[in-house]
Amino acid sequence: MLRFILRRLLQMVLAFFGTTLIVYALMFAGQGDPIQALAGERPVTPAQRAYLTEKYHLDATGVGGFFYRYFNYLGGLVQGDLGQSLTGRQISDILAAAWPVTLKLAVIAMAVTVIFGVTAGVIAAIRRSGVFDHATLVLTLLVLGIPTIVLAPLAQYFFGVRWPIFPPTAGAQPSFYALLLPGIVLGSLSLATALRLTRTSVTENLRADYVRTARSKGLRRRRIVGVHVLRNSLIPVITFLGVELGNLMGGAIITEGVFNVPGVGFNLFRGIRTEDGPLVVGIVSVLVVVYLLSNLVVDVLYAVLDPRIRYE
Amino acid sequence: MSDFETVAATENQAARRGVSGEPGTPGRAGRPERARSLAGDAWRDLRRNPVFWISLLLVVLVAAMAVVPGLFAANDPRDCVLSRQHAGPSGGAIFGYDFQGCDTFARAVYGARASLLVGALSALITGVIALVVGMLAGYFGGWVDAVLSRVIDIVLGIPLLLAAIVLLKRVSTSGDTVRLFAVIFVLALLGWTTAARVVRSSVITAREQDYVAAARMLGAGNGRIMWRHILPNALAPAIVVLTIALGSFIAAEATLSFLGIGLKAPTISWGIDIDAGRVHMRESATPLIVPSAFLALTVLAFIMLGDAIRDAFDPKLR
Repeated sequence: MLRFILRRLLQMVLAFFGTTLIVYALMFAGQGDPIQALAGERPVTPAQRAYLTEKYHLDATGVGGFFYRYFNYLGGLVQGDLGQSLTGRQISDILAAAWPVTLKLAVIAMAVTVIFGVTAGVIAAIRRSGVFDHATLVLTLLVLGIPTIVLAPLAQYFFGVRWPIFPPTAGAQPSFYALLLPGIVLGSLSLATALRLTRTSVTENLRADYVRTARSKGLRRRRIVGVHVLRNSLIPVITFLGVELGNLMGGAIITEGVFNVPGVGFNLFRGIRTEDGPLVVGIVSVLVVVYLLSNLVVDVLYAVLDPRIRYE
Repeated sequence: MSDFETVAATENQAARRGVSGEPGTPGRAGRPERARSLAGDAWRDLRRNPVFWISLLLVVLVAAMAVVPGLFAANDPRDCVLSRQHAGPSGGAIFGYDFQGCDTFARAVYGARASLLVGALSALITGVIALVVGMLAGYFGGWVDAVLSRVIDIVLGIPLLLAAIVLLKRVSTSGDTVRLFAVIFVLALLGWTTAARVVRSSVITAREQDYVAAARMLGAGNGRIMWRHILPNALAPAIVVLTIALGSFIAAEATLSFLGIGLKAPTISWGIDIDAGRVHMRESATPLIVPSAFLALTVLAFIMLGDAIRDAFDPKLR
């Protein structure tokens, strides 16, 4: 187990340096004149230029200078110092205000996924090749095939504007009810995958030897499915949900943007729209770290739940 | 961004299944016993699958729109007059006009070209990278496999949308053609991993077959064995994954254009039009709904096509 965790950790460290290096190299190193970019259209005096050049080692060329600046950026990232957006706000402040909203939205999406996806998956697996099974398969294919940029605006139009059941946008301090529609849209994608995973996994387990044993012991069907089969077949589903939670934390760029939910994804959406370079880089850097960490946690959790994973 | 993950999950199923059918499966009862190849068997299944025909029809239709859009739409999509803003259907514009006074239907038809171009070229590049990497890793094994597999792991660990945002910001001020190819390369660069895994696993299966050993005993070199004997086996599952990937690349292009970092006007793209229609949905919803329907149907068609082909090639499902 320790060996597995160590190896996985090493892999993550590699991925961390790889991705941050790419982010850094592309965003900062290649731009023309960083000092002028910082000043915008205002003139820069030679003294200011000399001071900034000295402070950020901008005159050092080649590998030494580049990596010095890269590790400077990395140090800031690790300490939570992400610099300022073009509007002059601390990016860490923006993120601190946005996380709770994103987290709320992610929890709603997760609840939708678990309540509908897993339940429907189990039912579809038990009544395999029935009407319900076929209907859910077609429905999940539709949901999987329709991109979020279609799903989110259409949901907003039909359920927010045409038939105003939900508020069409969330606003600054979103209530639970305002977050419900974006939560459902966000959750529907993972719902489809969760449903299919549950269905496949339960179907496979229903054919397992221990189910036959349980049946020949005279256990009732409800107990066999509810206790024996579910416990064994939910492992891949839980893993998937873990990865999804990591994705939802920052991945809701489109949904949050469309529904005006002031979360992390919304700020990234706005940063892209207003060409706010530092804001985009700051948020993307943090999201990459969140993504890598959640993947690590899920992998380790998986190995704990299912010992077979550890020995490959 | 969940779009990509879910499609990737579907692709993983294809990866695990691969193609493991034995050639020459005996025919069903009542038919003459005749040895059939796996492809022939799959084709026989496909021919009777309505989903296959519907999705194929949609794909052909969209492809035709991309090649000769003038056949489908009477008006020029760039002929926009503000005085007919949100005007109703008239004179060839069967869905009316959008906020800028452009023909909504014509814009949707002309949008097929950019989407399909990005999807097809990204899938092509993805296929080449995946075949090369998967073949090398699967055939040679050992340290080559170890290194390439770690590379795959790392690239797979990079979130597609976030990485694309960072990569594409570099070309935000460049011209249309540069942007188009930037989008294609970024999608291919980040999206080849699943296909590479599929190729690798089918190469590993094929490598152990008797006919490969026979070819080697006859004196065939590594290159010949890989090209003549292993590649044909790895191709079918790779094509299935690439068909599904093509759909997800089209969705990804639209998403990037929607965000404003993919293609930009004057290029016509469904993503751009959806974003524009979204802003004015209260005044008129058709400029939002029409490009949305085009995009969703195209993506669905490719995914269903890939699904149908995979089901036909997977003997376990029969």
